[in-house]
Amino acid sequence: MTSLFEYAPAPESRSIVDIRPSYGLFIDGVFVDGTGEPFKTVNPATEEVLTEVSSGSAADVDRAVAAARRAFTRTWGPMRPADRGKYLFRIARLLQERAREFAVLESLDNGKPIRESRDVDIPLAAAHFFYHAGWADKLDFAGLGPGPRPLGVAGQVIPWNFPMLMLAWKIAPALATGNTVVLKPAETTPLTALLFAEICQQADLPPGVVNIVTGAGETGRAVVEHGDVDKVAFTGSTEVGKSIARAVAGTRKSLTLELGGKAANIVFDDAAIDQAVEGIVQGIFFNQGHVCCAGSRLLVQENVHDEVIASLQRRISTLRVGDPLDKNTDLGAINSHLQLARIRELVDIGDAEGAQRWQPDCVLPEKGFWFKPTVFTQVSPAHRIARDEVFGPVLSVMTFRTPDEAVAKANNTTYGLSAGIWTEKGSRILKIANQLRAGVVWANTFNKFDPTSPFGGYKQSGYGREGGRHGLTGYLKGADRS
Amino acid sequence: MSSDRLAVRKTYKLYVNGAFPRSESGRTYEVTDPRGHFLANAAWASRKDARDAVVAARGAFGKWSGMTAYNRGQVLYRVAEVMEGRHAQFCDEVATGEGLSGSKARAAVDAAIDRWVWYAGWTDKLAAVLGGANPVAGPYFDFSMPEPTGVVAVLAPQESSLLGLVSVLAPVLATGNTGVVVTSKDRPLPAVTLGEVLATSDVPGGVVNLLTGDAAELGTWLAEHADVDAIDLTGAPAGRAMEFEREAAGTVKRVVRPPATEPDWTADPGLSRMTPFLETKTVWHPMGV
Repeated sequence: MTSLFEYAPAPESRSIVDIRPSYGLFIDGVFVDGTGEPFKTVNPATEEVLTEVSSGSAADVDRAVAAARRAFTRTWGPMRPADRGKYLFRIARLLQERAREFAVLESLDNGKPIRESRDVDIPLAAAHFFYHAGWADKLDFAGLGPGPRPLGVAGQVIPWNFPMLMLAWKIAPALATGNTVVLKPAETTPLTALLFAEICQQADLPPGVVNIVTGAGETGRAVVEHGDVDKVAFTGSTEVGKSIARAVAGTRKSLTLELGGKAANIVFDDAAIDQAVEGIVQGIFFNQGHVCCAGSRLLVQENVHDEVIASLQRRISTLRVGDPLDKNTDLGAINSHLQLARIRELVDIGDAEGAQRWQPDCVLPEKGFWFKPTVFTQVSPAHRIARDEVFGPVLSVMTFRTPDEAVAKANNTTYGLSAGIWTEKGSRILKIANQLRAGVVWANTFNKFDPTSPFGGYKQSGYGREGGRHGLTGYLKGADRS
Repeated sequence: MSSDRLAVRKTYKLYVNGAFPRSESGRTYEVTDPRGHFLANAAWASRKDARDAVVAARGAFGKWSGMTAYNRGQVLYRVAEVMEGRHAQFCDEVATGEGLSGSKARAAVDAAIDRWVWYAGWTDKLAAVLGGANPVAGPYFDFSMPEPTGVVAVLAPQESSLLGLVSVLAPVLATGNTGVVVTSKDRPLPAVTLGEVLATSDVPGGVVNLLTGDAAELGTWLAEHADVDAIDLTGAPAGRAMEFEREAAGTVKRVVRPPATEPDWTADPGLSRMTPFLETKTVWHPMGV
């Protein structure tokens, strides 16, 4: 299909970022070489090697934890809470000042469209620091019992889909509650975390309060299993989450997990269809579908199925897939070769199991990792593409006739992270929202996030919440988690 | 009562899905007082009994969690009322089973009844204390509320056979969950009598299921059961809690770890036994005209 509108390229300049030829680990306030095997991080849109990054060995992790423990005991722990808050306010401001730099770097390393890193990831990350800064000297008023105390050293492992935002979700509440951290960014997206280390230096954050140890799964395991870590926080796959829960079993470590999802996005026949279609697109194609709370199962009321699908296909045909740094781009690159293979495998299974695949007629760049926005219709609840988390731009469409059937199908999953409801009837929204076993329910909207709003899953999507008053409980002694 | 009358003894059975079955395995074990005198033959719950109990608890979850909080509070208060009527029986069983003096047994029973009253009053306050509106930076109404986790398996304390049991069970019910409880192995008799109280207190069948038997066996089966959402390991036999926690990880269960020693059950429990079995649901809706 030839586009009705031709777009001139509108690339964001990458000259604002200065990527060094190699990066060390950030331990005790300075960059040091790791003793593990260094690894390369690539731009998934071009396969160009961006830089080489140190890999943290168990000994490096040990040094980082020791630095965090020292900082907890000597500086950060005893510090006046108001001063801890002021450091966090500084960090928030520094992030805002250097927001464009972070956005470009995030898009280069992750492959996400600059429109999203610029308008969502980085502003939200700064907002998380700003929000939690204010909590630092107000914990006595959080309703978490008298004199809440920090846990100590937090070991945090984050995924590659929202590198900087996940860093903020982890570090901001940990620091606000008086803990110190050792954070391991994802192997394919370490760069914004390393740039954040510079922010810590600019903020004069005391050494050891934040330590960034890059590396792959083994490095993460060393963080999680370290004997002097008091708290483990993980965002990532359900499979790894289970192994972490096993690893901390029998210890005194506190654990919060934010894992996978297979969210139902339910469209009733009285929904505002055009808005619903926008919401469906936002729900599954935001960040190339690399979103744990993505609306990957579309449940459409049977009598509007054809209308919704026709409208959805028309809309998807206008999405622009390509250069993440182009301000017109809607879908960027798949984050890694490995993830692309995973998406292809599940899509092939979808074909083989008899679902109908539809993709728009769009041209993909020759180099890099790409996948067309994909819609499967005639999906049965037993199909793998209706059960497994694809973590890519792949939507599985099913139908329902009654609200009870919609709820039963929506809840028919081992996950329970998020869900969507589209209807103009308020009483129906409240009833269905009550019945859905999911931690976040978006009604007539989707994929909205805010530091004041608790986020996290039911069932095998994990436990604990991030954001809001609830998010503090995961970092305080004896605070009641819910 | 004339002293030459031969007493009618009670048969102690399981309490599953609102009924009092024997163990499907046909197994029983001897319960004695601390000095070794025979008290009763209790049902020795099997793996099948545990699975039946989970099915019952899952079946009852919709009704119990769907009741209004006010209604749930009234039902829990009713449990206290009915227990009060059986005060003497509970005192007798606790004194005999735990080897306590009459006054200490009475204090434990009093505290157990009062604990039901305390939790009965919590049902319709949790949402206000743990939930609320979130001031998001955009044109949305956004609120969070606590919801029950689902089916909770409870390994009840081994020492405190009634007060300890009520202290771990009542919070599970007050938060809208349903429970599968493994009672104290050596002191199971007050639990069975509590089952009779629950059966006559408007607690719907299946909401509470009481299994007498060995937590060492039943704990494994409940920890790995895919339809159990959370497990309280308070009464896990020494040295087994870590293994149960590992098994629970396979389905991302919420786990309450056991304390090093059995706590003082007369202490104020705060929210600490309710929040582990609550989820937070956050709902967003746009604001506009």
